[in-house]
Amino acid sequence: MLRDDTIAAISTALGEAGIGIVRLSGSESISIADRVFKPFREGSLKNVPTHRVKLGKVFDPESKRIIDEALVLVMRGPRSFTGEDVVEFQCHGGIIVLQRVLELLLNQGARLAEPGEFTKRAFLNGRIDLSQAEAVIDVIRSKTDLSLEVAIDQLEGSLSKRIQSLRDELYQLVTRIEASIDFPEDDIPEVEVMEMADVISSVQEQVIKLLKTADDGKVLREGIKTVITGKPNVGKSSLLNKLLNENRALVTDIPGTTRDVIEEVLNLQGIPFRILDTAGIRETGDYVEQLGVERSLKALDEADLIVFLLDASIPLSEEDFQILEATKNKKRIIVINKLDLPRAWEIKELSDIGETRIVETSLLSGDIDPLIEAMISFVSSGIMRSRESGIVTRTRHKHALEQALQDLKQALNTVNEGYPVDLVSIGLYGALESLGEITGETVRDNIIEQIFSQFCIGK
Amino acid sequence: MYLLEHSNYDIIVIGAGHAGCEAALAAAKMGCEVLLLTLNLDNVALMPCNPSVGGPAKANLVREIDALGGEMAKNLDATLMQLRMLNTRKGPAVQALRAQLDRKLYQRRMKHVLESTEGLYLKEGIVVDLLFSGDQVQGVVLIDGTKIYSKAVIIATGTYLASEIYIGEISYPSAPQAQHSSIDFSKNLAKRFNLRRFKTGTPPRVNSRSIDKSKMEIQPGNHSKYGFSFETKGIEIEQVPCWLTYTNEKTHEIVKNNLHRSPLFSGGIKGPGPRYCPSIEIKVTEFPDRLSHQVFAEPEGWDTDEVYLSGVSTSLPVEVQLEMLKTIPGLENAEIMRPGYAIEYDCLDPLDLENTLKVKGAQGLYTAGQINGTSGYEEAAGQGLVAGINAACFCLGKEPLVLKRSEAYIGVMIDDLVTKGTLEPYRIMTSRAEYRLILRQDNADQRLTPIGYHYGLISEERYQKFQQKQITIDSFIEELKGIEINPSNEINEALKEIGTAPISRKTSLADLLRRPEVSIPQLRKAFSINEMDEEIEEQAEITLKYSGYIAKQQQAIERFQKIEEVRLPESVDYSKIEGLSREAREKLARVAPRTLGQASRISGVTPADISVLMVFIEQRRGVQNGKNS
Repeated sequence: MLRDDTIAAISTALGEAGIGIVRLSGSESISIADRVFKPFREGSLKNVPTHRVKLGKVFDPESKRIIDEALVLVMRGPRSFTGEDVVEFQCHGGIIVLQRVLELLLNQGARLAEPGEFTKRAFLNGRIDLSQAEAVIDVIRSKTDLSLEVAIDQLEGSLSKRIQSLRDELYQLVTRIEASIDFPEDDIPEVEVMEMADVISSVQEQVIKLLKTADDGKVLREGIKTVITGKPNVGKSSLLNKLLNENRALVTDIPGTTRDVIEEVLNLQGIPFRILDTAGIRETGDYVEQLGVERSLKALDEADLIVFLLDASIPLSEEDFQILEATKNKKRIIVINKLDLPRAWEIKELSDIGETRIVETSLLSGDIDPLIEAMISFVSSGIMRSRESGIVTRTRHKHALEQALQDLKQALNTVNEGYPVDLVSIGLYGALESLGEITGETVRDNIIEQIFSQFCIGK
Repeated sequence: MYLLEHSNYDIIVIGAGHAGCEAALAAAKMGCEVLLLTLNLDNVALMPCNPSVGGPAKANLVREIDALGGEMAKNLDATLMQLRMLNTRKGPAVQALRAQLDRKLYQRRMKHVLESTEGLYLKEGIVVDLLFSGDQVQGVVLIDGTKIYSKAVIIATGTYLASEIYIGEISYPSAPQAQHSSIDFSKNLAKRFNLRRFKTGTPPRVNSRSIDKSKMEIQPGNHSKYGFSFETKGIEIEQVPCWLTYTNEKTHEIVKNNLHRSPLFSGGIKGPGPRYCPSIEIKVTEFPDRLSHQVFAEPEGWDTDEVYLSGVSTSLPVEVQLEMLKTIPGLENAEIMRPGYAIEYDCLDPLDLENTLKVKGAQGLYTAGQINGTSGYEEAAGQGLVAGINAACFCLGKEPLVLKRSEAYIGVMIDDLVTKGTLEPYRIMTSRAEYRLILRQDNADQRLTPIGYHYGLISEERYQKFQQKQITIDSFIEELKGIEINPSNEINEALKEIGTAPISRKTSLADLLRRPEVSIPQLRKAFSINEMDEEIEEQAEITLKYSGYIAKQQQAIERFQKIEEVRLPESVDYSKIEGLSREAREKLARVAPRTLGQASRISGVTPADISVLMVFIEQRRGVQNGKNS
């Protein structure tokens, strides 16, 4: 936002559209794009005349792996939308591919664009009219709604929480270093080199681990782990079959999923749902019984989403309440089946079920659209009404982690090479600032607060 | 009459503490007629707290003051009794000189410098009010009703505004050392400006003859190669040590048992005190796990037996102070000469200041030092210098001086004050600076001498010397780059001897210096290198050894420079800018930042708000251009 650098973003709505565009703008656009793109015909992007398209391969210059085939459009400033050099990658759609391409560009030195930043640059460079200024501000404002990011966290698991705990470790270290630097005569124990190295490498390892799990966004890559549960004969397998009939995903190779666990993948409006442990459902039709309570509870625990079936025609049993209790902290949808039969109980008997969505249906005669709708709305309310924002959030987290990793490496080198502690702190501040970018906090003020709260200073 | 009604000065400086002295000297040297008013001529440049100056970030301030042509560093070098270099192993940017000095000598010398400065009139007088014409300040009113006129006024009243001293259950209006508390002046200032109350305190002073030093650790000086000032070459005195002892559980017990008698706890004192300089009462209650705290016995002068007990600042009753001291090894028979006390005083909210230290909404009025919510002699002097320069610029119609955060700790300090405000007496710290590897004490002259010269505060002669020094450093660096050695058994044996790894290809001495374990004196053992001044060698070595890190910070500065340079219009109605968050609107209106960079540092102003501001600036410029054409 503050710098005159090159920005990148996915600029088409993400979904199942055929083509997706990743866009770069800024003085380094062409050279960044050139490093990850090999035209089929001879030549380099650097020599392409303005407003020309090249067909070629997008590849990762480090692993040499090919990510996608793409059309690349070069528009040199000032004759471009933003007034700067702009490069557009027209890729084969698909969230994962677009995100990969975006990450490549970020690794090559582009910065993830802030919301509305392309439009803002267009405005600042005089490419759009003054009267549009308010519209620009609207864009900047409308997309900085944090609620989406918060929502993302619910499903992205505890990524941001884990980042927070890494930051806490770094804060501890930096606070001690800074206190000993600023108050050398105050009896503050100095941080030993060995200890510094230990803390930094431990945080570094955790960042690497996080980066692996954060890769590409767990949800979109692995699908939403869904468990269908309920007592025997409630209709689990017929529900599964009904869902599969219409929506069985044609995915054969989803990275990160293990095929030895028998499971199915549904594609509901482009969102992958992984139905776990379908073996249990299929073979005996009696999931809970076959697997035993312990294992079923574990499966429930791992699930992102639980579809809990109840039989409307027979009274609620102890077992129903057990499952209800076991899933009370999970995202769940309660499906009340067999409404074609006389009703044996009322919803209010379920007592405290919080915000659980309830779908009433008859799997025998009725359709399952209300359930599908509930599953999708669970995703859109819980994760990402706008999947675009979801990607942005994840990409930001990941990018921040990568930046932090660079800084940590530098700090560790500084320690290992025997440079004094002040030089180490440069890398550590960098890492803290990278990780803090996500929340936009002021690292320095925090450190000073910590120094005063942790150390008795005052010669 | 010694002070004539209607006498017409360019600038009147109220208060001759560390801020007032630098302000008056700078303005006079820039060619203004300056009246420096003090309550008591014998208390010029008084150090009512530690007889000690410097330390991390603070020493950098002193060196910056020196490079800008201020007096503090020279005065220190001439009057110090002990010099230590701190943080010697923690990195070049954080190592810092710290001096113990003779308080009286410091005052005498500073007074004489003031007296002998052309255009500076040092006089006694008690100011009770300011004169205004509209929002333009016009001078001051003295306690006897005398009106003295000037184009600008600098208020540097320290802790003297409506100050109240607290010792146990007793409190009375007084400034340090039984001086006049400026109650009327404070009342009159309150009619125009928002005042608030801060607190600070001191420990008891004892007679050196009543201390048993055999029970304490000696802490001698450790540095004499150079002093604070560019102009000082070597400190040639017999340095005097300090003595270190510790409080213990018995001490803490006595403090705890008497907390109800401390005005900090009984409710007498309401103003916040500095967290980096807590009283023993606060130390004991807020850090109950600490079973002992350091106490430094610091001599107050060559010709006095008075000793300052740093570390046991307190406002407990005198008899409790004595009881407490008697539990501390070496102080069992301590004779208190002056009791410790807490002092509460009025000061401004620095958010009411511009980054030139001019008071918002008043023309020609500047403030510096503790009145701006800071603490510390160095902080006061740094502000005094800037206020003096800017008041002079105002009189002379010149562009004011605003130092950047990437240029000086003085810049960091003033920007912090006017952008973030402060909730306690503000102290400079290296942790406050983003680019501290650039803001080293060894290169303060490089950073700021040209600026001091530009404002006429650095003499032609010194400027020549400075330039010569830079040339010498540069050519020395070139020399080191030029000496190349080839890998051979002999060379590698020599390298082994100075404790560093062998080389496998042609390497310059400059490259070798990048290795953390290699220093110039070590290299000299093995290779022939010209002998240079200590300071020259130090700077050459730092420049080479940390070049990668320095370059990185330099890039960071440049990246941020663009938004730092985007100026915000002086009067903006932030409530009318669509798209700003409510918090941002309020904060921006309160701080009235001068640049986008400054705006971005206000807490509560988000990157999105900055984006909105950028669009606003562009839109406004577009509209104005449209009108013009």
